[in-house]
Amino acid sequence: MKIAVLSGKGGTGKTFVASNIAAIAGKSVYLDCDIEEPNGHLFLKGPVIKETDVNLPMPKIDHDLCDGCRKCVDFCAFNALAMISEKITVFEKICHSCGGCKIICPQKAITEVDRKIGKIEERIYKEVELRSGVMTPGEQSGTKIIDMLIDSVKDEQNTVIIDCPPGSACTVMDSIEDADYCILVAEPTTFGAHNLKMVHKLVQIFDKPHGIILNKSDGSHNPSKQYCLDNSIPILLEIPWRRDISDFIADGKLAVEMDPELNKMFKSLLDHVKEEVQP
Amino acid sequence: MKIGLPANSTDVNSPISDNFGRALYYMIYDVESEETRFEKNTAAMSQGGAGIKAAQLVVDSEAKIVITPQLGENAFNVLNSAKIEIYKSEKGSLMDNVRLYKDGQLQLLANIHKGRH
Repeated sequence: MKIAVLSGKGGTGKTFVASNIAAIAGKSVYLDCDIEEPNGHLFLKGPVIKETDVNLPMPKIDHDLCDGCRKCVDFCAFNALAMISEKITVFEKICHSCGGCKIICPQKAITEVDRKIGKIEERIYKEVELRSGVMTPGEQSGTKIIDMLIDSVKDEQNTVIIDCPPGSACTVMDSIEDADYCILVAEPTTFGAHNLKMVHKLVQIFDKPHGIILNKSDGSHNPSKQYCLDNSIPILLEIPWRRDISDFIADGKLAVEMDPELNKMFKSLLDHVKEEVQP
Repeated sequence: MKIGLPANSTDVNSPISDNFGRALYYMIYDVESEETRFEKNTAAMSQGGAGIKAAQLVVDSEAKIVITPQLGENAFNVLNSAKIEIYKSEKGSLMDNVRLYKDGQLQLLANIHKGRH
């Protein structure tokens, strides 16, 4: 079973929820797909036991073979190629690695070479296998890193927890594509509710079973809760706004290991999700 | 020698465009003949890499000077590789900026931005 944890807005508690579920799930795999700022390992701690580079193929021009026909420049939908002073220049960070320029070149002057855009770090915490996607700062597209993470659990029998990037863009879509269930984490703010609507729309488009965790609930007006009630979205859990919970997080501790009440909450949450996925 | 300026209309008295890569046109002004023509920016609506394609257009127009209020990193790299001199525009129309350049009143563009997403 694969559970994706996502939220429109950053900072709502995705990693808090995902790491605590993983910690009580027994044998499990935690995929940190928040590649711009992976931080699951701050809670599921362990030394890096394996590191794998993630590369993208980039066009390399043989300037002796190139006759300057510019077919590649005109073909590139991303404008990653330019012809300057009768020489093709490749803008690597703009390139989407489609390989089209290589196919279209009549002179066979284009080959592909790998360029590293990030890595996958593997750690073990108790029964959790943690795989974190790390995009190299300055890179613009990291979907390949997420694809590799998702591919790595294709035939996984144990529970998989996917900590998604914030937002609702391509990287989030890639992260939830294979998920059996989506947990949306929302905070009680107008901004939080606005972005909750966006991811809610996204999981509906992907036709994923889903439920919501209202995090940091302080009992006052909660626009995210109102959105759930208005749209009959199941509320899986309401986590109270408590000083000690933020202290656990600031100390890099797992709430389920510190507080029996939260441990019980997360266990019944996981049982509930399991029932929904495998009735 | 030709000068390229980003424009949003084909009127030489219209204001210079405040964006280089996504300007709708480029005004190409020939200093010797004093002739003006406008090239449509086919990159204006690109999803990404507009600056590169736009700069390519200006390079292909054989401009040796570009006058613009600002420039992204990628467009800068293209223009710079083509040894095009880049000047910072002043408030005013396209033609005002051509005059300012001719009078030696424009400064070389000092800052480039890292691109917008």
